Amino acid sequence: MTEKLPDKIETIITPISLEYEYTPGTASTIFLRGMKQGRILGQRCPVSGAVYVPPRGSSPTHGVPTEGEIEVSDHGTLRSFTVVHLPIPGSEVSPPFVAAIILLDGADQTCLHVVSGCEPSEVRMGMRLRAVWKNRADWDYSFENIRYFEPSGEPDVPIESFRRESSA
Amino acid sequence: MSQDLGPEETLSARFKLEFDYTRSVGPVVGRFLMGLLQRRIEGIRMSDGRVLVPPTEYDPLTSESLDEFVEVGDAGEVVSWSWVQVPREKHPLDRPFAWALIRLDGADVPMLHAVDAGSESRMRSGGRVKVRWRAERVGHIRDIECFEPEDAS
Amino acid sequence: MREVAVVSFAQSAARREPARNEVEILMPVVTQAVEASGIPRHEIGFTCSGSCDYLAGQAFSFVSAVDALGAWPPIVESHVEMDAAWALYEAWAKIQCGMADSALVFGFGKSSPGEIRDVLTLQLDPYYLAPLWPDTVSLAAIQARVLLESGKASERDLAEVAARSRRDAAANPGAHQRDPSGVDELLARDYLVSPLRVHDCAPISDGAAAVVLAAGDLARKVCDRPAWIRGIDHRIEPHALGLRDLATSPSTRLAAEKAGLGSVPPEVAELHAPFTSQELILREALSLDAGVRVNPSGGALGANVVMAAGLVRIGEAARSIREGEASRALAHATSGPCLQQNLVCLLEAD
Repeated sequence: MTEKLPDKIETIITPISLEYEYTPGTASTIFLRGMKQGRILGQRCPVSGAVYVPPRGSSPTHGVPTEGEIEVSDHGTLRSFTVVHLPIPGSEVSPPFVAAIILLDGADQTCLHVVSGCEPSEVRMGMRLRAVWKNRADWDYSFENIRYFEPSGEPDVPIESFRRESSA
Repeated sequence: MSQDLGPEETLSARFKLEFDYTRSVGPVVGRFLMGLLQRRIEGIRMSDGRVLVPPTEYDPLTSESLDEFVEVGDAGEVVSWSWVQVPREKHPLDRPFAWALIRLDGADVPMLHAVDAGSESRMRSGGRVKVRWRAERVGHIRDIECFEPEDAS
Repeated sequence: MREVAVVSFAQSAARREPARNEVEILMPVVTQAVEASGIPRHEIGFTCSGSCDYLAGQAFSFVSAVDALGAWPPIVESHVEMDAAWALYEAWAKIQCGMADSALVFGFGKSSPGEIRDVLTLQLDPYYLAPLWPDTVSLAAIQARVLLESGKASERDLAEVAARSRRDAAANPGAHQRDPSGVDELLARDYLVSPLRVHDCAPISDGAAAVVLAAGDLARKVCDRPAWIRGIDHRIEPHALGLRDLATSPSTRLAAEKAGLGSVPPEVAELHAPFTSQELILREALSLDAGVRVNPSGGALGANVVMAAGLVRIGEAARSIREGEASRALAHATSGPCLQQNLVCLLEAD
């Protein structure tokens, strides 16, 4: 050893690496198969009638299995958002970009996606959005088939209408 | 996964979960690792007088803090062992090897490491093994590449 | 001390299960346990679960699991990153403190998507042990050799534990390791990590289990034959394997003493031993003689839903009491490498 030794050891690097064969479950499989066809599919709670998208298989408020294959619109309303100034590793979007909570028409549960196609300063709660899809040839079993949401030009939804008496 | 799957097939995707944790080692673990870098193994004296290798900051039985370092040998005796005929990808050796609890000369508490014994027949409880040092040492438990039977050289 | 009983128990049919996600596996199990308890879902005072996100590699899967509960209006809920037997301990303590009269306890896990032998390495000391990636089977094999070389057991004894467990598992719809091979046949097979063969190790299982606890009069009201928890205790040993006599389990012995095992043997003992060698170590630590029926369910060797297998032992022991097969039963759960931490729960009929 010709190189100089450190005076002392203060930290060590301990890499953790685990490999998995992920399977999404039956409800999310319905959603992902829909994505492959360019459709957004959810499931309905048999008790409340609420439609969950993407579905996880249960109605979280009632603890019962959700049912069916309910297609919802690829238009929706922006419920809340934040402007992100940090890059996402591996993402095609570069900062600043808008991460938004979106309620798709026909759904009772919001989902998270990126808003683009306008300046972050123009984004507001109640804004109407539509999905911008990848080219059909590139559709896979993935929510990423929707590249982002952009303003649809429809009139805003009043924020007061967001209020709900209690949960579904 | 871009091909179309039949309706009964289960979707699946391989993924890797990876983190490189940078851990602060503190003065006791740090001194032990510094020793490894210099091809020296140090243990620590427990409250009952026994020498614990690798050392901890505290007595594992009484929780009193410990500070009396004791240099121990780089060879010792196998207390128990298991034989891995088919190593896993993450294992320290890529050929059949033993895991062993090894009581180093001068130590009382055995430590766990791998033994590159070549074949299971060369392993036995009570057998002597010695350290094989890694050429490129950085101050890490894997500065000990493995142990090998003492009669190997 | 308040009287607390197990009033219901449910589990999924454990197996490798790629099709359903954790919530989909868990939901019917929770529903079954709650319905069997006779306590309306919204009157259960506390909910506690045990799971580990690393098993299936899904961050916050323990939070997603709440989706299986119908947690609205909001519920009082807690979680341990341990086998759900420890969640049961937390729930029992909560009831002892008078903060609830009933509790839902559940555990779930999918080990099949990942490499369970590597995943469990992450519970080891991160400075000296985990960087070497000693897997669970390799460590258990070191322990097994200590047992074998102590002269207390032979490889044939280990195989007999495996054969008996597989026979019993065949009669248990919750279990799936049902290979009917005899001892000689098992011993003729190759080692996995010597001195352990495949039959010495628990299978890889996905699944879920749930238990409902109730205190005193509520338990008597909803259940004809409650399985009363007469004592429960858990103890831990040092982490460094070299400090422990691996052929014995002093933490199990002490936990049993504190739980009140005493000199009256249980009729049934459900031991959480993912390796055949560990069952023999536990039997000795608990002084269980040949008259005690050990693991009539097939034990963890019949199905090993990691993070639920310990709770299943409590559920199975309670079931043996509630169905009149036993009036005194012992359940044990373990955590950590080579039986580092052990919980003992004593259950009795009225």
